[in-house]
Amino acid sequence: MQIVTFTRSTPDTAAKVEVNSSGVVTWGDAATVVNPWDEYSLEEAIVQAKNTGGKATVIAIGPEMHNEALKHSIAMGLDEAVRVQADDLDMTDSLGWATLAAAAVQKMGNAELVIFGKESIDVATDQQVYQTARKLGWTMLSYVSKILAIDTANKTIKVEKVLEQGKQIITVKLPVVISVMKGINEPRYPSFIGIRKASKAVIPVWTPGDLGVSLPGKTSELVAYHNLPARAVQTEIITGESVQEKAAKLVDKLLEEKVL
Amino acid sequence: MSVFVWVETFEGAMNPSSREALAAGKTLADGLGVGVTALVFGGNAAAIANEAGQYGATTAVICDDATLNDFRLEPYAALLTKLVQDHSPKVVLAVATNRGRELVASSAADTNSGMIAEAIELGLDGEAVVATKAAYAGKVLGKMALRGTGTKFVTIRGRAFKPQEQNTSASITVTTVAAVLTEDAIASKIESFEQEVGKVNLSDAAIIVSGGRGIANNPKNAPADAGDATIWKAKDGFATVITPLAEMLGAAVGASRAAVDAGFIPYDHQVGQTGKVVNPDLYIACAISGAIQHQAGMRNSKLIVAINKDGDAPIFKLARYGVVEDVYNFVPALTEELKKRLGK
Repeated sequence: MQIVTFTRSTPDTAAKVEVNSSGVVTWGDAATVVNPWDEYSLEEAIVQAKNTGGKATVIAIGPEMHNEALKHSIAMGLDEAVRVQADDLDMTDSLGWATLAAAAVQKMGNAELVIFGKESIDVATDQQVYQTARKLGWTMLSYVSKILAIDTANKTIKVEKVLEQGKQIITVKLPVVISVMKGINEPRYPSFIGIRKASKAVIPVWTPGDLGVSLPGKTSELVAYHNLPARAVQTEIITGESVQEKAAKLVDKLLEEKVL
Repeated sequence: MSVFVWVETFEGAMNPSSREALAAGKTLADGLGVGVTALVFGGNAAAIANEAGQYGATTAVICDDATLNDFRLEPYAALLTKLVQDHSPKVVLAVATNRGRELVASSAADTNSGMIAEAIELGLDGEAVVATKAAYAGKVLGKMALRGTGTKFVTIRGRAFKPQEQNTSASITVTTVAAVLTEDAIASKIESFEQEVGKVNLSDAAIIVSGGRGIANNPKNAPADAGDATIWKAKDGFATVITPLAEMLGAAVGASRAAVDAGFIPYDHQVGQTGKVVNPDLYIACAISGAIQHQAGMRNSKLIVAINKDGDAPIFKLARYGVVEDVYNFVPALTEELKKRLGK
């Protein structure tokens, strides 16, 4: 089965991210990494492509910085990578992003399963995931914690899905878009051979013209980024002769603060 | 031309966080000079609509068709999209729960409308909706705007907006509509559902007690047949030290990524960049050093208490109160003290 997954480059999880005096988000010398949630979707795409005797393609939408994430994906074992570049795309405009994502999946021709990570940490949302499914007209299954079965003959997929109140088992007809949780698998590290393959890979770039779509008018506007307000906190270290005394003093404070 | 608020239900009852959406919707509606319409889908919709009326809605659109009893995206989104097309509301608003996120985003896509997800502040600039939300894993904030004349779609982060006081004398005008999709037209079939009773939802919790990597420094010895001694010690610590404190406070149990990745506690307890973003009234961090990934998930807590034997741990910089003690010495004493003082 042909499987498509999406990724993007985001600042290293340990990086200090700030807005500089020009209003631009910066992360100093820190490297970019694969969007942390995508490690699980990339791994799942590799595993399910192997299980169903198919191919897994990874797509990034956005400027050249996202080639880093695509190369990491190839090093992990994805079969092929493509980048979609639209010069006037605003990454915070989910409708524009989803329009390109859906068109890229359709260009693949025979894709039946799209796997997303739970969300993207740069835009800090998952709305583009659901919007891609709607633009494709495919069924969406979010928060998948296990793929229980893929029946390629009858074209169905059975998954376990996490809700706030418990777990659901759902079966749907393919094609389908799913988003997967951390914990669905143990993402592999890139292999030596994979890293060599990635370093030689030439990543094709598709434009909206290649996809036969034009970007819709922008429906949301990023006004500005701001640094977090400083946490105006004066730390008080609770002292005392014994843990009992410290515990009593801490409880006094918490009762005064009315948080209990 | 009202403000639509989707009231989330589960097994015939209103999800309490929907009161926050009704209140946030009411503030926008007042500014726009319109009313709030509660949308209630599924079983017991009429009674839930009445309850929504006591929290700020003046009208309600309900559909209690059997296809809507369990949330499934396809029939819910089809109905919401049809209501938006028929009524052109100014705003569609819901809490950013698992279900609210996908429902609102789907209908925004169906109607080619703008959307802002997980707003923590919300306001108007003329007819435009402006909102502040997290960006870059919560390390910076983004101010976004939805302009133009079309319907604007917004989800709000749980616990970021205060619900209104209940007004038991308020009344509501209810309209009943038919479902858009028949069961035959719905691809997803729910085969089973396993409810986890007593599961405290981190996003809804007023108090969270979290444990980190240091929970493995349990002075107890692991039994000979325990397998991995470190994991045994940490699991025992979560069960016998962290959980009793959480239960005493009616709190949810959280954990750092280090604790989750080491296998000390399941992933759904993780707070931080690849876990949940939380904003409780009180966050008690036990044996958590306070890596930047963890801070991204909990720095919006109203009051933070840090308990760590390393007085230089970065978590103390965020904490209002700090206790430099070994968790295994201090937390049982704290639980005992709370038992006395809270009269339990």
